[in-house]
Amino acid sequence: MKATDLVGSAARNTLRSKLRTTLTVLALFIGAFTLTLTTAVGAGVTDYVTKQVASLGADDVFIVTRTAGDTTEGPRAYDPKTSSASSATGGPALPGAGQSDPMTEADLEKLAGISGIFRVDPVQAVAVDFVQYNGGGQFELSVNPTSSITRADLLAGAQLSESSGTRELVLPADYVDALGFADAQDAVGAVVPLGITDVLGARHQVDGTVVGISQESLLPSGGGANPAMVSALAEAQSAGIDTGPARYPLAVAYFDPALSSAQVSDLQESVAAAGFGVQTIQDQLGVIKTVIDGIIGVLNAFAIVALVAAAFGIVNTLLMSVQERTREIGLMKAMGMRAGKIFALFSLEAAFIGFLGSLIGVAAAVLAGSALNAALSAGPLSSLPGLNILLFEPGAIMGIMLLIMAIAFISGTLPASRAARKNPIDSLRYE
Amino acid sequence: MTSPLVIDARNISKSYGKGSSTFHALKDVTLQVAPGESVAIVGKSGSGKSTLMHIIALLDTPDSGSLSFNGRDALALPPKKASELRNKEFGFVFQQFFLTPETSVMDNVTLPLKIAGVSPRARRERALAVLRQFELEDKAASNANDLSGGQKQRVVISRALINEPTVIFADEPTGNLDSATGAIVEDTLFQLNRDRGITLVIVTHDEDLAARCDRQVFIRDGVVVPSGAGVAAA
Repeated sequence: MKATDLVGSAARNTLRSKLRTTLTVLALFIGAFTLTLTTAVGAGVTDYVTKQVASLGADDVFIVTRTAGDTTEGPRAYDPKTSSASSATGGPALPGAGQSDPMTEADLEKLAGISGIFRVDPVQAVAVDFVQYNGGGQFELSVNPTSSITRADLLAGAQLSESSGTRELVLPADYVDALGFADAQDAVGAVVPLGITDVLGARHQVDGTVVGISQESLLPSGGGANPAMVSALAEAQSAGIDTGPARYPLAVAYFDPALSSAQVSDLQESVAAAGFGVQTIQDQLGVIKTVIDGIIGVLNAFAIVALVAAAFGIVNTLLMSVQERTREIGLMKAMGMRAGKIFALFSLEAAFIGFLGSLIGVAAAVLAGSALNAALSAGPLSSLPGLNILLFEPGAIMGIMLLIMAIAFISGTLPASRAARKNPIDSLRYE
Repeated sequence: MTSPLVIDARNISKSYGKGSSTFHALKDVTLQVAPGESVAIVGKSGSGKSTLMHIIALLDTPDSGSLSFNGRDALALPPKKASELRNKEFGFVFQQFFLTPETSVMDNVTLPLKIAGVSPRARRERALAVLRQFELEDKAASNANDLSGGQKQRVVISRALINEPTVIFADEPTGNLDSATGAIVEDTLFQLNRDRGITLVIVTHDEDLAARCDRQVFIRDGVVVPSGAGVAAA
């Protein structure tokens, strides 16, 4: 028997007893439906978190701080070149920044000397007072000085340019209305003044061009500014006074983006060994991801339990079918069909049942999920724009269908081998 | 004998079970069938006649004895070759029809060709040609279950014929039919034997049917006996 005939016969045999096939398919349907939805939730949440991670930092950087444990025993001797005053309050909330000593030029040099580190950019802390547009109301704005290394989840406009000499800003979406823009697109290209108070108490305004509007997010990262903007603000803040050795709450160290994750952790260790606190963005969100993965794992486990139950359903259905079709099997054997082909025929019938169940289950899940997604995004989850709680990935859906067909096929092997072992004589005598 | 025998079974023995419950179905049975011959194997139920047919049709293996088909040792064939032989050279007609329910006449008739791996188009053409002979062409798409007894047995004969076999094994071919339709089926089988030279091996307890065959082999308690006296069903 040819392969195409085997598949065709298997499909037709399956459709011969409609009620029994329907009931078996229903059990698989439930498993496929559940697994598709739970996987989609996992993908949706992971995708959202990944976007948030990207909005907090690039993959090829370390956020480096001075570890507090750096001090030798006893108070350290003062050296005007390297010593700097510790801040008890810490800098503005920066991703990756712990409460730590500020970093000095000497630290930066030491950091840049570590092999594997391409470049070190100190992060200047700036404390912006307000942002204003067109003489309207003034609103507080926290500027994330590392924002030029991040990729914002943009609603409109473009990412910040690290190299541009133009002073660029990215504002969070909720500033659009407040500042009096018509919509996010309207805000892109506008020049807005930022108010800043210098160390002497004098007030300054520094203009910046809005290049992008970022999505409101689960992990608010404030406004963004490119290096040109940050240094303009820092200059205004210092009022042209030399405030002693330059000190930075943290530095951004760049490494080769092509490094493997194992090489990155090696590099991370060597930076840590040099006395720095070092974190990647992934480190910070790893915990969140672990929790999400755990929840999705539990949900998937329920779906798998449903599928295992369905697998026994298939075994039972096909065993009944083999019993019922004993004479048919005997006849096929008498007519020269080999045991291997009989086995293949019944296994394929099981796989076809799996195919039907998974196809219908997946299709129903995508339909129901898309409707649910729309409803959730408009309702309970409207405060988290950009979150599609259910994300259907073609690869994952294919994977689920293949998994279910594999489970069905494996379930079919027991009845199929029983069918293949049947003696044609006994089968033909069977009444 | 000038032409080689189609079937040459010698000293066939077959028993079932072990120890004191051993049942000797066949004891030292010898049966030879020449090409184009029609042979009736006659006996009561339990006489061993079906077992003999199963063995010579390669559906079962004897405990001892030799069997050759067209001069080739059939018992030495590997399972694959034996399956091929059954598929290509044998046609089967059974008392209980063994048509697959919920399946069209066409699909039932083409089953041997499907097993042989013949293309769907060629299968269809051959099936229609065979069904035409039996005036069943218009029933090709019908469900096999919806046919009358006589039509069903003609479908079964069509199925047995589709691979153009050398031998047709018929196990009580008229057992489930009334005498009128039974006669039509008998006529069909003997016509095939006469016109196409297909060898017929018919297992039956019907003396009238057996009498129409060229030769009768009587079996009682697993042994070939010389005459039909008291052998056929009373």
